[in-house]
Amino acid sequence: MSELASESVQQPDLLTVRDVHKAFGDNEVLKGISFDVPAGSVTAVIGPSGSGKTTVLRTLNALDQADAGVITIADVTVDFGAAPDRGLLKRFRAQSGMVFQSHNLFPHMKVLQNVLEGPVLVQRRPKAEAREEALALLAQVGLAEKADQYPYQLSGGQQQRVGIARALALRPKLMLFDEPTSALDPELVGEVLQVMKDLAQEGWTMVVVTHEIRFAQQVADQVLFIDGGVVLESGPPAQVLTEPQEARTRQFLHRILDPI
Amino acid sequence: MDQATQELILRNLWPMLRATIFATIPLTAVSFVLGLVLALLVALARISRIKPLSLLARAYVSVIRGTPLLVQLFIVFYALPQFDIVIDPFPAAVIAFSLNVGGYAAEVIRAAILAVPRGQWEAAQTIGMNYRTTLRRVILPQAARTAVPPLSNTLISLVKDTSLASTILVTELLRVAQLAAAPTFDFFALYGVAAIYYWVICVILSFFQGRLETRLGRYVLR
Repeated sequence: MSELASESVQQPDLLTVRDVHKAFGDNEVLKGISFDVPAGSVTAVIGPSGSGKTTVLRTLNALDQADAGVITIADVTVDFGAAPDRGLLKRFRAQSGMVFQSHNLFPHMKVLQNVLEGPVLVQRRPKAEAREEALALLAQVGLAEKADQYPYQLSGGQQQRVGIARALALRPKLMLFDEPTSALDPELVGEVLQVMKDLAQEGWTMVVVTHEIRFAQQVADQVLFIDGGVVLESGPPAQVLTEPQEARTRQFLHRILDPI
Repeated sequence: MDQATQELILRNLWPMLRATIFATIPLTAVSFVLGLVLALLVALARISRIKPLSLLARAYVSVIRGTPLLVQLFIVFYALPQFDIVIDPFPAAVIAFSLNVGGYAAEVIRAAILAVPRGQWEAAQTIGMNYRTTLRRVILPQAARTAVPPLSNTLISLVKDTSLASTILVTELLRVAQLAAAPTFDFFALYGVAAIYYWVICVILSFFQGRLETRLGRYVLR
C-alpha cells in the first residue's frame, strides 16, 4: 500500500477501505479487508469463487452492508461498525455506480428510459437535459441507435453496455463492476471490455471484479488478490499477475490461465 | 316453450339487464378495486420484515380463505347489527366482497412480487431509488404481468359471487330473476337468462384479460 501511495503522490485516494468485516449468518465472508484506490486509477479484484471478492464490491455500494470497518469514497466516510443512518447511507450509495454480472436492466423499460430512470426520478434533473446526456452516454457505449428498443431485443454485450451507461448517467465518482463479462458469450466479451478500457482512459476511477486476467494486465493500475476473505496480495499487475509472491496466487493464476 | 314463458322472459329482459348494470357490475367493480388496494397493502405487509405486520397479514389471509364467503356476507349484514352496526345491503356487500378479494388477491400479488428477480431490487437501489419508487417504477409493473391471469380469475369469480348478495337483499341480477320467477315458479327460464347474463360479462372480461396480457407482455421475448 505504501509503495502504491508513493507511486501516485499527486493523486489522492478516492476510495479507502479499512478493516471491513462481513458475515452472512455464521459464514464470515470478509475478515478484515483494507485497500486504497487513488483517484483516476483502475483496481482489478481477482480471486477464486467464494473468496469474498464480489462481497467486497457490494459493500462499497452498501448493497451488502459491512458489519464493521470504515469506507471512504470521496468526501463521504461511513463507519459501518457504528450503525450508519439512512441519510448517510444514501449519500454513500450515490458516490458509486454499479454494473452487475447479469446487467439487471429494467426489462419493461426501453433502453433510453433505463438510462434516464436514475437522473430523472432520483436526482430530479430536468428531463430534456437528462435525455440529451443519456443519448450521449448511449452513443459513448456505441448504442445510440438502440435507445428505442427493449432490453430483450439486445445482445448480452449490448445489454451490459446499457448497464454501464445507466450507471454512468448518475455521474458517480467511482464505478464498480461485478464480473461484467462473466455471463457473456465469449465473442461478446471484447465489446464490453473495450467500453471499460475507454472509461479508464477517460480517467474514471474503477474497481473491477473480474476473471479477465488480460484485461487486468492491460488496464489495471492495481490488482488485489482476495482469498479466504482477506487481501492476500496486492500491487501493480506486473507484480501480482506476473511474479506473484504467494503460493495461493500462483495456484489461482495457473488454474485460470491454464485450466486443463 | 309456451307463450306465457316467452312473455315472462321478454318482460324481464330489461329489468334484469338494469339490475346487472346498476347493481351487479358496480358491486363487482367497486369491490374489486377496493379489494385490490387492500390486497396490495396486505401483500406488502406479508413480505415486510416487520414481524407483527407480516403475522397480522398472514392471519387476515388465513381467516378470509378459511371461511365461506356466504358466512362473511352474513356476518357483515346480519351479525353486526347485534353490536348496533347496521349497514345497508349494498355497502354491506361491498365490504364483504372487498375483504374477500383482499385476502385472495393478496396471495397472488405477494407471489407476483416475489417472482421479480432480486437483481431488480438491487439495481433500483444502486441508482438511488427508495422503496416506494422501486415498487412503483420497477417491481409492480413487472409483477403485474405475472399477476394478471390469476387476478382475472379472482375478478371473474367475483362477478359470479355477487349473486350471493341476493341473500342480503341486494337487488342484483339473481335477486331480480328470483322475484320475477316466484309468482309462476318459472325458475328455469329466468335463471337461464341470469346465467347467460353472467356468462356474457365473463366472456367480455376474458377478452380484455387477453388484451391486457398482450400489452403487459410486450417487453418479453416470445
